[in-house]
Amino acid sequence: MQKVLNVPFTKEEALSLRAGDSVKLTGTIYTARDAAHKRMDEAIAAGQELPFDLTGNVIYYMGPSPAREGRPIGSAGPTTASRMDKYAPKLLDLGLIGMIGKGKRSDAVKEAMKRNGAVYFAAIGGAGALLSKAIVASEVIAYDDLGTEAIRKLTVKDFPAIVVIDSTGEDLYQR
Amino acid sequence: MREISVSKITETVKQMCIDANYRLSPDMCDALKKAKESETSELGKEILGSLEENLEIADKEFIPICQDTGMAVFFVEIGQDVHIVDGNLEDAINEGVRQGYCEGYLRKSVVADPIIRENTKDNTPAVIHYSVVPGDGLTLTIAPKGFGSENMSRVFMLKPADGIEGVKNAILTAVKDAGPNACPPMVLGVGIGGTFEKCALMAKKALTRPVGEHSEIPYVKELEEEMLAKINETGIGPGGLGGSVTALAVNILTYPTHIAGLPVAINICCHVNRHVRREV
Ligand code: SF4
Repeated sequence: MQKVLNVPFTKEEALSLRAGDSVKLTGTIYTARDAAHKRMDEAIAAGQELPFDLTGNVIYYMGPSPAREGRPIGSAGPTTASRMDKYAPKLLDLGLIGMIGKGKRSDAVKEAMKRNGAVYFAAIGGAGALLSKAIVASEVIAYDDLGTEAIRKLTVKDFPAIVVIDSTGEDLYQR
Repeated sequence: MREISVSKITETVKQMCIDANYRLSPDMCDALKKAKESETSELGKEILGSLEENLEIADKEFIPICQDTGMAVFFVEIGQDVHIVDGNLEDAINEGVRQGYCEGYLRKSVVADPIIRENTKDNTPAVIHYSVVPGDGLTLTIAPKGFGSENMSRVFMLKPADGIEGVKNAILTAVKDAGPNACPPMVLGVGIGGTFEKCALMAKKALTRPVGEHSEIPYVKELEEEMLAKINETGIGPGGLGGSVTALAVNILTYPTHIAGLPVAINICCHVNRHVRREV
């Protein structure tokens, strides 16, 4: 089913999404990949505040190529999600409602998604030029020294994604 | 003895880094087009259509095809009658990578140490494989390699008794484990024989052979065709979301090996299989 979704979104909205749904996301999402996840994990362990409030928010596993002058961002497709599996359950328990990436997730992540009513979306891997057209603004909000791995706040408009794992644990890759 | 200045090498490398990341070679574009025609799943067709559109946008609007512009892998074939002047070859290649990745708006994806993990901020160093060949030519091949697919690559040290069936199983195992992680439709580079490192190197090199070309060894060509068909029967499909096109090509290289061994390496590449070859 084609669905339009504003981000951040509520748990009720997350619960209504089903594996296989095509969605267009509009609103604000945050980027984080390996190094940023490690830092967030360390921040949580140290009892420090995270760079953004996770509640109802979506993390896009992505590290862009540099933006040319006058453009918000460079190429911007998803990276492999399983590398973030070690960190994702904790973030989901803290309120994270969605993740965008590509590839399989672990059982621990699926359990945490069911427990919290969260969704995992896939964007098309290797379509970074095309996907960049759905990003209208980008701002580094934390860990600037990490370069492409910094946390960015993105404004997206009709960003295309597919629900791969829904809040019941149904997994499109396993059909 | 032909003299080649390092400045010429740097300039060539810089341009190759940029070209490889903004435009796929004609063999890859053709293969993707054909894939879209033959794909049986609706969603699969749609994804392949998006990949085609992605290539057009990359080319027209100067946006890299994929944000992972890779670690720069080079195959350097240097003629034994060539004399490199004004500096050293390795530095010249790395300088070309630095300029190409910085001036070409390409992502810097290299960390200086695998454990300490601090970004080098210019995508150097490159991974460079040299071979000395007869004559006075200098041929460079760049294959920027993304790690979504690199991470799914495997080396199997099989036993001679495992034979060709063992090789087939190894290839299918690697593909099934990779699934959606490797951004299918994939291209497979396979090295059979040699030693532990030789088979891995052949697998990498095999990825730079244009897709659609086959091995000159009859049984290897047959194996390439058979494995492509078998991989497509897995149903992994474009984006791993189901379909009849999981791979675009299986490129195999072989080498003599030891009486006690049958090494097999499978280097998995995504549909952004970049390779540019140029004479200096
Ligand atoms: S595996 Fe290939 S297509 Fe996928 S993100 Fe990496 S470089 Fe890009």
